[in-house]
Amino acid sequence: MTDIILPITHQQSSHCETGVVSTLLRSKGLDVSEPMAFGLSNALTFVFLPFVKIGGMPLIAYRMPPKTIIKTVCKKLGVTLETTKFSNPDKGMQALDDELAKGNLVGLQSSVYWLPYFPEDMRFHFNAHNLVVYGKTAQGNYLISDPVFEHVVECPSDDLKRARFAKGALAAKGLMYVIKSAPKSIDLTPHIYSSINKTAKMMSGLILPFFGIKGINFLAKKIRKLPTDKTKFSKLFLAHIVRMQEEIGTGGAGFRFMYASFLDEASRLTNDPALFEASKQTTELGDQWREFAMNSVLFCKKRQSLTLDDVANKLELCAKEETALRATLLKLKR
Amino acid sequence: MKKTDVPQDNSKSYDGQKKLLYAVDDSGHYQGVSSTGWDVESFATQMAVDDLDQQTALALEEARAGQCSPLKYHMFNLRFDLACLAQTSGYFQWQIKRHCRPEIFNKLSDKKLQQYADVMKLTVAQLKELPSIS
Repeated sequence: MTDIILPITHQQSSHCETGVVSTLLRSKGLDVSEPMAFGLSNALTFVFLPFVKIGGMPLIAYRMPPKTIIKTVCKKLGVTLETTKFSNPDKGMQALDDELAKGNLVGLQSSVYWLPYFPEDMRFHFNAHNLVVYGKTAQGNYLISDPVFEHVVECPSDDLKRARFAKGALAAKGLMYVIKSAPKSIDLTPHIYSSINKTAKMMSGLILPFFGIKGINFLAKKIRKLPTDKTKFSKLFLAHIVRMQEEIGTGGAGFRFMYASFLDEASRLTNDPALFEASKQTTELGDQWREFAMNSVLFCKKRQSLTLDDVANKLELCAKEETALRATLLKLKR
Repeated sequence: MKKTDVPQDNSKSYDGQKKLLYAVDDSGHYQGVSSTGWDVESFATQMAVDDLDQQTALALEEARAGQCSPLKYHMFNLRFDLACLAQTSGYFQWQIKRHCRPEIFNKLSDKKLQQYADVMKLTVAQLKELPSIS
């Protein structure tokens, strides 16, 4: 067997899913950047589900659930995406080889923990990581363009198999996706405005108190109620929020900066200065979130006489700014 | 966040890698900027990692003293928790809790242990062992 190496332009991204979408679309000649993919899929949101526990901590997310981004973008742009899941790992690996032999770039969902090229401290049992396979060496190692890394990486077949077929929450079941056909060119303008409108509507949340601005206020309330005697739990809880916001490939401030970048790019594409103003406002909102993260950690370090109330106040300030941003976004119309 | 404000704190958890962030230049337009880490973020990561390490160390101590089975140590050492191991191994949480008791663990058949070994990428022999005291 000889090496299969398909042409690919590796680009480092903040987030795995948007990065994969952007890489796959660009390989088909559609120039969609990472922030653009994020914006078009109306993925910006906030979720706090206290009853869903991950490693003993509640689920906190700053975007829509995995797979939403790739599905929404492809649907909007008229791109045909073939997704396959497998019950048999060997068949799943064979199908991957077949697609590579046909000359297709393949997107995969996999577990972070079993990918050997990840730094030790970043390996957790999280099953919804996305990457692109662009080839296979004669020795049987897969060539991978992992969007969160600076450079392309190599991964032995056994490890990739384990990562693809790890069980548990959000199990990938070997999920594999290939772009089958894509339009030659697309006009993004109408999609931009409709996505912004939808994102803004979602920000006020559904009727339930777990989503959007209501979710943020709900979380602030929870922070106020954290036990002051069991400080270890309170600290781990705050650290958990910060990790979800900054560590898990969000491009800073829980995707707020990425969204601002989308608005900035959109304003250039459409020549609409109002979009640029909205981008600036989102930047300020992002800075607010970063300050909240900083305060949370300062509380953990006990450097200053910060109380849980101060931390919660900062978070409520974020909620207030999100409300203002929502009003601005709703006014944007073409 | 301004481009010049992007933190470059050489986080230990990045292991020499860089991450892409989005930040604005002087005119307020966005650019991707790589960052070597942010102290605030790495502190939060370190807290979580330390917590897991503590649990692992505690389980190791207990296992050496014969108060729990090696399974409990391997579970934490490989960053599983009860819920996660239950979902991946197919055992119920109450079964895993039982298997963490040494007298029950010692009676388990190799076939049953193999089920753990498979999802943990260990051999049955490794699953029964504890790291030697160095």
